[in-house]
Amino acid sequence: MPVGAATWSFTEDDFGTITTVLQRFLYDAKARCALLVDRSGQLVATVGEPPNFDATAFATLTAADFSANDQLARLIGESDFNVLFHQGERESMYLADVARRVILVVLFDNRTTLGLVRLKMKGAVEDLTKVFEGIFARGTGAQAGAPGLLAGAEDEIDRLFQ
Amino acid sequence: MSMINYASREINCKIVFYGPGLGGKTTNLEYVYGKVSPNTRGKLISLATETERTLFFDFLPVDLGTIRGFRTRFHLYTVPGQVYYNASRKLILKGVDGVVFVADSQAERAEANLESMQNLYDNMSAYGYDLTHMPFVIQYNKRDLPNASPLSELQEMLNPGWEVTEPSRKRVVPDAARPGEFLVSQLSTGEWVERAPYFEAVAVGGDGVFDTLKAVSKLVLKTLA
Repeated sequence: MPVGAATWSFTEDDFGTITTVLQRFLYDAKARCALLVDRSGQLVATVGEPPNFDATAFATLTAADFSANDQLARLIGESDFNVLFHQGERESMYLADVARRVILVVLFDNRTTLGLVRLKMKGAVEDLTKVFEGIFARGTGAQAGAPGLLAGAEDEIDRLFQ
Repeated sequence: MSMINYASREINCKIVFYGPGLGGKTTNLEYVYGKVSPNTRGKLISLATETERTLFFDFLPVDLGTIRGFRTRFHLYTVPGQVYYNASRKLILKGVDGVVFVADSQAERAEANLESMQNLYDNMSAYGYDLTHMPFVIQYNKRDLPNASPLSELQEMLNPGWEVTEPSRKRVVPDAARPGEFLVSQLSTGEWVERAPYFEAVAVGGDGVFDTLKAVSKLVLKTLA
């Protein structure tokens, strides 16, 4: 049995690739902002118009929303709902699963349409899936995530909590 | 599932406060929220019922400092304690890095404590996580109440220790917080056992809240060392 959830890390290069994919997607879909959130509720990246809300809280609630809907899917005999859509009067959100570990959230308004967002999102999800599969494959090779990141830092950790 | 972001130089970790209903999990977070500088914490999010019982979770992000140039960001969550809400309780454990079990010291809550501890083990193992091999601390809350059970009784019931099987872990480990006590020790029968670190608390007044948080956060960071 594994000890706990696997740690994962991503580099500046990964971040650059993710940002490029999302910028292209936002441009094509005419959407405002895209956020990537991991399934445990951590915000991975934000691209596009900087959100004018608490992005950390938003990430947490997104993960909870997605997890709750996964369970609802199972109750009705589906394995999951890999996309979710929340419609507002002016602002709407479209959420999609990426590689079973990350959620892509897109915020858009009436300058675009749900159809266009959905269409362009498919390609973005495919590109991101490739990127994240690479990241996770690397992460599981070393259970400690970033091997040696805090190696030898025991004293520093102790001092932090004095 | 700690997430290390080299681009923004952050280490993100998730800590879950678990335990029976009305045991003080939300109170722990509220105390931390009230005491930590607004610069180093985010908003306290509570998904609660109209009567302020946790419905889904409470959430508080806090920065605990910088190590090796990386900001350490801890996301603190509570779960709904009531038995009824197990489906949502289990969801919160996804990707957890460290667990705090907040036990209610009152004698009449003994059964609720036991049931919640068993539920924690069950929910963790459903995700394939092994609680005995990851950061886990126990907080005995409400120590100020006249009907609080003796500590020894609570320890025997909720923290009797699990058998240590790996030879490399069969060495005496003193409990840094309690001189003369041990986290890993050998019984007279020759068997090695390990117990979770534990803390006494009166969360409503803040006693023991930061000791608990520091202990679990430190254990989480040490898993990356």
